[in-house]
Amino acid sequence: MNRKLRARLTPTLSVLIGSAMTLAPIIADAPMLPPFGLMMLLAWRLMRPEYWKIWAAAPFGLFDDLLSGQPPGSAVLLWSLIFLAIEAVDNRLVWRDYWQDWAIAAAAIAFALTGGLVLVLLSGGGGGLSLIVPQLLISILLYPLAARIAARLDRWRLAI
Amino acid sequence: MALSSQRQPGYSRRARYSLFAAYVAAVACAVLGLLLLVVSVIDPTGFGAVRGVATDATAPVSAGGRGIVRWVGSAADEIGAYFWAGSKNKALSAEVAASRPKLIEAEALARDNLRLKRMLKLIEKHPDVVATARVVSSSASSTRRYAILTAGRSEGLRSGQPVRSSEGLIGRIVETGILTSRVMMIVDPASVVPVRRLTDGMPAIATGRGDGGVDIRPLSAGRNPFALKDIFVTSGVGGIYEPGIPVAMAVRVDTEGAIGRPFADPDRLDFALIQTIFVAPDVAPPAPGPAPDPADAQ
Repeated sequence: MNRKLRARLTPTLSVLIGSAMTLAPIIADAPMLPPFGLMMLLAWRLMRPEYWKIWAAAPFGLFDDLLSGQPPGSAVLLWSLIFLAIEAVDNRLVWRDYWQDWAIAAAAIAFALTGGLVLVLLSGGGGGLSLIVPQLLISILLYPLAARIAARLDRWRLAI
Repeated sequence: MALSSQRQPGYSRRARYSLFAAYVAAVACAVLGLLLLVVSVIDPTGFGAVRGVATDATAPVSAGGRGIVRWVGSAADEIGAYFWAGSKNKALSAEVAASRPKLIEAEALARDNLRLKRMLKLIEKHPDVVATARVVSSSASSTRRYAILTAGRSEGLRSGQPVRSSEGLIGRIVETGILTSRVMMIVDPASVVPVRRLTDGMPAIATGRGDGGVDIRPLSAGRNPFALKDIFVTSGVGGIYEPGIPVAMAVRVDTEGAIGRPFADPDRLDFALIQTIFVAPDVAPPAPGPAPDPADAQ
């Protein structure tokens, strides 16, 4: 791949592939697949705050909505709100390390999953909070992996 | 590590304006998402068409891997089957011996039933099979329980049609693309299926729980009438689902009803039959008796 193109497209493609993980050929009888698209997006956002504009979460959310089966528009709304919130946190907490990033990502994932559940309830679905607890724990514990993947990809895309 | 200072534009007016514009765009996007959500609740067909195109384009990816996943799953079962093979064989032989007379009985009953129905001149329209399709993927990260089928509008599928496998009821179609369609499985929390107990026809309602089971609630008030291992089949009440499709077996009984495990186990789904929407047979309402004479009442 062209080096410039590689540096430009790698983050975007990794998020889209993360969203496309729901195409995995498994017929799940409970929500258990972590929102990989959101996790990759958070990893890139927390590692390279200046890479995307603040509104970039919305188009990624739209792509996720097309595949995930959530009511359309839910990820657009929730992911945009997450980006705005992280922006606010960035203005407060200037000095940060790994643990704070993980805590921010955990809060964002928890917000996205519970928000998704609430929006499903509002759009005629059903289910209780206990339904997403396993998925939430798995996602939060897997976030460092997403951060690692993003860091590895970042090194690869910027390698000369 | 301190963050880079690009988001603190300092005194450059240009940089501050462009940052402000980005904030405005972000808020506008969030509002747009909310609007999309409202529109999709009010009129689900519009976005459904877009989503149909997306599943049409991506279903081949899922279809390719499904065979491998199924193979791995069944290989584990094959190995598991070797354990306790002797005692299992004995138990199964006993079961076969016990069920043979029942099978003959059932056949006789079926004939009897047919004859009685003919006498009643009750004509039931058996739904036709519209298409056979493979189940390739599902909404594994969402709390909705949708599955993707490899058949769509081009094969005559319409939303609302019931979907079943050889083992039992899977659900019904909610969205169709040209080549693929989306099924709401009976374990989805929004799915409601009228069922009856196989043994005595006691009516109940099976609602999805979202975690792979269904809640089965009796329609009659009073003590919980269900027991473990009760089998529930569709009752055909209200149309859509043809009567007699196996739905679930009670695996836990609580105070209000039972929790059932669907016969069509999502892990093993491969082929699905899509049927036409079942229309309950027309039965003429009982003829009104002669109006009571007001003079009589006095």
